[in-house]
Amino acid sequence: MELVTPQLGLIFWQLVFFGILFFLLAKFAWKPILGSLQEREHQIQSALDLAEKTRADMAKMQSDNQKLLAEARAERDSILKAAKESADRIIAESKDKATVEGKRIIEDAREAINNERVALVAQMRKEMVTISLDIAEKVLRKELSDKTSQEKLVADLAKEARLN
Amino acid sequence: MKNISIRLFVLFLFLSALATPSVRAEEPHKHGEEEKFNAGEMIMHHVADEHQWHFATIGHTHVTLPLPIIIYDTNKGLKIFSSSHFYHSADGTHEGYKMEHEHISALDGAKLYDFSITKNVASLIISFILLLTIFFTVAKSYKSRSGKSPKGLQSALEPIIVFIRDEVAKNNIGEKHYRRFVPYLLTLFFFIWINNLLGLIPGGANLTGNIAVTLTLALITFFVVNFNGKGTYWGHIFAMPGVPKWLLIIMTPVEIVGVFMKPFSLMVRLFANITAGHIILLSFLSMIFIFESLAVSPAVAIFSTFINLIELLVAALQAYIFTVLTASYIGAAVEEHHH
Repeated sequence: MELVTPQLGLIFWQLVFFGILFFLLAKFAWKPILGSLQEREHQIQSALDLAEKTRADMAKMQSDNQKLLAEARAERDSILKAAKESADRIIAESKDKATVEGKRIIEDAREAINNERVALVAQMRKEMVTISLDIAEKVLRKELSDKTSQEKLVADLAKEARLN
Repeated sequence: MKNISIRLFVLFLFLSALATPSVRAEEPHKHGEEEKFNAGEMIMHHVADEHQWHFATIGHTHVTLPLPIIIYDTNKGLKIFSSSHFYHSADGTHEGYKMEHEHISALDGAKLYDFSITKNVASLIISFILLLTIFFTVAKSYKSRSGKSPKGLQSALEPIIVFIRDEVAKNNIGEKHYRRFVPYLLTLFFFIWINNLLGLIPGGANLTGNIAVTLTLALITFFVVNFNGKGTYWGHIFAMPGVPKWLLIIMTPVEIVGVFMKPFSLMVRLFANITAGHIILLSFLSMIFIFESLAVSPAVAIFSTFINLIELLVAALQAYIFTVLTASYIGAAVEEHHH
């Protein structure tokens, strides 16, 4: 049957043209096309790799920042704590000192008051003695203005003195 | 793109200048009697090769492009003349040669080799120029636009090129060897595809539905596969590992037949698919003439459009199947022993 009988001429031309076509396309089309495709894929791959690396770097930097921030925060906290502690301590110390000072002042005052009072009491006593003596003298002067009462007193005093 | 269309237009002008359509009146004795329409004959005529390019028949006038006859006569040497001499002569003879049903023989009985530029060869040349134009343009845009994103024709064809490289070549042949075969597979795919599409154009030649063409392509694949056959490949053919010795008496002949069956199936598959598509399409068109009624034409138009669309799919599909099978045969041949 004609349809399934290959013709020699067509086989020949097919071989010739397909061969030339393959040769020309392989050399002048497929080689540059596949080359550029590969090159472009390399470029895309390296760009993607770079982006990935940058992203990793960024993440690392971010975590570093986070760490730094946390450290700074901790340091700030510790500084604040230390400051508070020292402030508290200073306050407590000054409070203690003030208390002691106060006590001392009170003590001093008390001592001074005491001394003052003792001196006052002594003075008063002295004065009272003087006053008493004066009074007694005045009384005695009045009492002993007559002779009988003078005698009586001498007698009483003598009695008392003897008994002693 | 504009560049290409200009080039295609120039090509078209060039071809039409070559054509000098020999408009001839049909021989008077033919339309004297009412010829009965023979669908089978018409279809076979359209599917087969011929020594002229028949574009259209307007009334009783054939618009044809005569093509050069090139014959090698074992007695008289090379002879080149226009095929119009055969078609115009009353008895179909010229310079001692006779052409009957597109078959040329010498009147003196000498052995002839027919290397004529037939319709299929002319179509082959057109596809050759077309493919070179397309892919040189694409290659050029890769150079001029290197490092940039693809554009125009380049971006239309790039996915296909990448698909053939990655899905067809790399997947079937393997990472290690596939690069060597990508140019062949690309050429094969685009050659078959473009020619399938050219065959769908009304008046186009049925190149990929010609057994000589598919035979040649299958033979090239056969040689590519077997010349690249590694030890493992031949080992599987002549001494299938893991098979009892006595079974090899059966297995080895089967495997040897398989070596030839693979390209044979490639040849038949492409030929049968493309020719069948043409036959179905022509059969639908013949219905108008068989029923001799205009009423069937809407149905025919719908069906033939439908078939044409399917044929568009088949054109790409068969190109893909031929390429992918070639790749898998190559893959089996270059595969190395892993066990």
